[in-house]
Amino acid sequence: MSVIYLDNNATTKVDPAVVEVMMPFFTEQYGNPSSIHRFGGMVSRDVEKARASVAKLLNCKSSEIYFTGCGTESNNMALIGFADMRGRNVTKIVTTAVEHPAILETVAYLDKKGAHSTVIGVDGDGSIDVDKLVENVDANTIVSVMWANNETGVIFPIEEIAKKVKAKGGVMHTDAVQAAGKVVIDLQQVPVDMLSISGHKLHAPKGIGVLFVREGVKLEQFMHGGHQERNRRAGTENVPYIIGLGKACELAIDNLEHENKVLRAMRDRLQAGLLATCKGAVVNGGNELRLPNTLNISFEYIEGEAILLFLDESGIAASSGSACTTGSLEPSHVMRAMGLSYVLAHSSIRFSFSRFSSESEVDKVLEVLPAIIARLRKISPFVEGDD
Amino acid sequence: MWDYSDKVRDHYLNPRNVGEIENPDGYGETGNIKCGDALRLTFKLDENKKISDIKFKTFGCGSAIASSSILTEMCKGMTIEEAAKITNDDIAGELEGLPDAKMHCSVMGQEALELAIAFYQNGGKTVEKEVKSPVICHCFNITEDDIDKAVRQNGLTTIEQVINYTKAGGGCGACIQDIETLVNKINAEIDAHNHDHHDHGHEESAPKRELTTLEKIDLIRKVLNEDIRPALQRDHGDCDLVDVDGNKVKIRFMGACSSCSFSSSTQNDFIGKTLQEKVSADLVVELM
Repeated sequence: MSVIYLDNNATTKVDPAVVEVMMPFFTEQYGNPSSIHRFGGMVSRDVEKARASVAKLLNCKSSEIYFTGCGTESNNMALIGFADMRGRNVTKIVTTAVEHPAILETVAYLDKKGAHSTVIGVDGDGSIDVDKLVENVDANTIVSVMWANNETGVIFPIEEIAKKVKAKGGVMHTDAVQAAGKVVIDLQQVPVDMLSISGHKLHAPKGIGVLFVREGVKLEQFMHGGHQERNRRAGTENVPYIIGLGKACELAIDNLEHENKVLRAMRDRLQAGLLATCKGAVVNGGNELRLPNTLNISFEYIEGEAILLFLDESGIAASSGSACTTGSLEPSHVMRAMGLSYVLAHSSIRFSFSRFSSESEVDKVLEVLPAIIARLRKISPFVEGDD
Repeated sequence: MWDYSDKVRDHYLNPRNVGEIENPDGYGETGNIKCGDALRLTFKLDENKKISDIKFKTFGCGSAIASSSILTEMCKGMTIEEAAKITNDDIAGELEGLPDAKMHCSVMGQEALELAIAFYQNGGKTVEKEVKSPVICHCFNITEDDIDKAVRQNGLTTIEQVINYTKAGGGCGACIQDIETLVNKINAEIDAHNHDHHDHGHEESAPKRELTTLEKIDLIRKVLNEDIRPALQRDHGDCDLVDVDGNKVKIRFMGACSSCSFSSSTQNDFIGKTLQEKVSADLVVELM
């Protein structure tokens, strides 16, 4: 079945060029980069090339890049590594209510283990009050704010936050899993101390992540074992995936500017089209500072999962913040943190594009979705009278 | 993605009986927007007091729409008394099953139907869902009675099941401890009741009635075939019933048992005890 895949914030297709460069590292160049023989040494050189490509995407030094198993691991490594270095009992953590569970759950865990956490809310646009965020930052504080939100695409002013945190002597981490490859990340410009990325969000495979740790930042070791990753992340390097991520970063560097324009145009056309044709449609987090590929839109009085099931019948894959699809019974924590009414939170749908998206896919959504919305409104007990 | 049955899929893609009947005989509305699902059910009775027309409007996921749709089909042609017997389990069954986490959709169907019937019985006036028992789950406004009913009707024993069937505890989770206590209490009551019932029945019936010869032979055969022979066969042996004479059970060994020097201990320890326990305490096994 051909699928119109508009769920790229969940995961992306591995770029065929990425698959191609990975393959030899399964079949022929399978050496262990830690080995002393040339067979392993050759592989080690390729791993370092990949590291350089990641560093180039982020505009940092290769020696500041640490490969991990996934974005979640990177986030755990940053927060737990910091708390263990300072001592959990004296560690203060400041974060936002709209972070990914990989941050929120790690913060809750550290809180239980003696750290002191503060979770800052967001306003209706999904924005944060930076002054409030940095209010109580001191030398024992780590601030973790996502670069961009996965559900709404809202981009946070990381440069401003990082500068304020640094001025107060705190340490700044950002979960840039949704931002990397979609918007410019310049670590010479933005003084964050740590930054997480995840391969499968930028056309590399699942199972590879990165933690950037700025030179001089101290962390307690998180994974214990061998000397890999300069003693910071034990475990034999996942060579083929590292190579794949390196290639994915090169592709992102080459395509970012162009894709930014193309995807933004598609997203804006979809947004305008749906607002014009669907009753009760409202964009969530739709201000200027937003990932170019993301549209989060609610359809009043109808439930998100029902919309997704109907879209699925037309071969369209999207996602929803409705309770029925979150696996819990509560709608998305991001929608609730933004103060969305339950009506809108349960009915939110996210479309997220990638370099493999096309204008014809936008046409297809615009063709089928208004009818789905009209149909479900007819079934809804909250829509009075006829539309 | 949920693993929905073809029937569920058919009913959410092509919902039957969508709408609302004007001046209905029955009217029931349950759930609300905050909960993420809501259902309004209306029906009309014909001159024979059977449900001749029934319509629904649902806000909810695929399985909520499908549960409402199938419910309207099930009710059509039923009398009020018949419709009142429909349970959430019947709804889920008619849909060829619902995912565990979606059972609350079928519960919502049953609840709306009950309210619609109550409306009819109340002379066409809405009967407010009585909140005489305390609200346990404040996120979804689920009372102790709601949980009690779901637990008893569906034999629920775990927190997860209660969440799946009633949603109670599935929001902030603050009431999980209360639900656990409640479920344990209800199940303890059910157990105690079953136990009482059992003892009660025991007292009432006369001391075990003596089996007729025919019944005794049948039962011995059954125990031999189901309990004794399979055990012997595992050791490549076997046995056969030759005759029953009063309390004497005459057995012939076959296979490995027939040449085994331990036959007599096998006979006494195993066959004898099993028959005495399961048929009658006075049985004596005789080896042929």
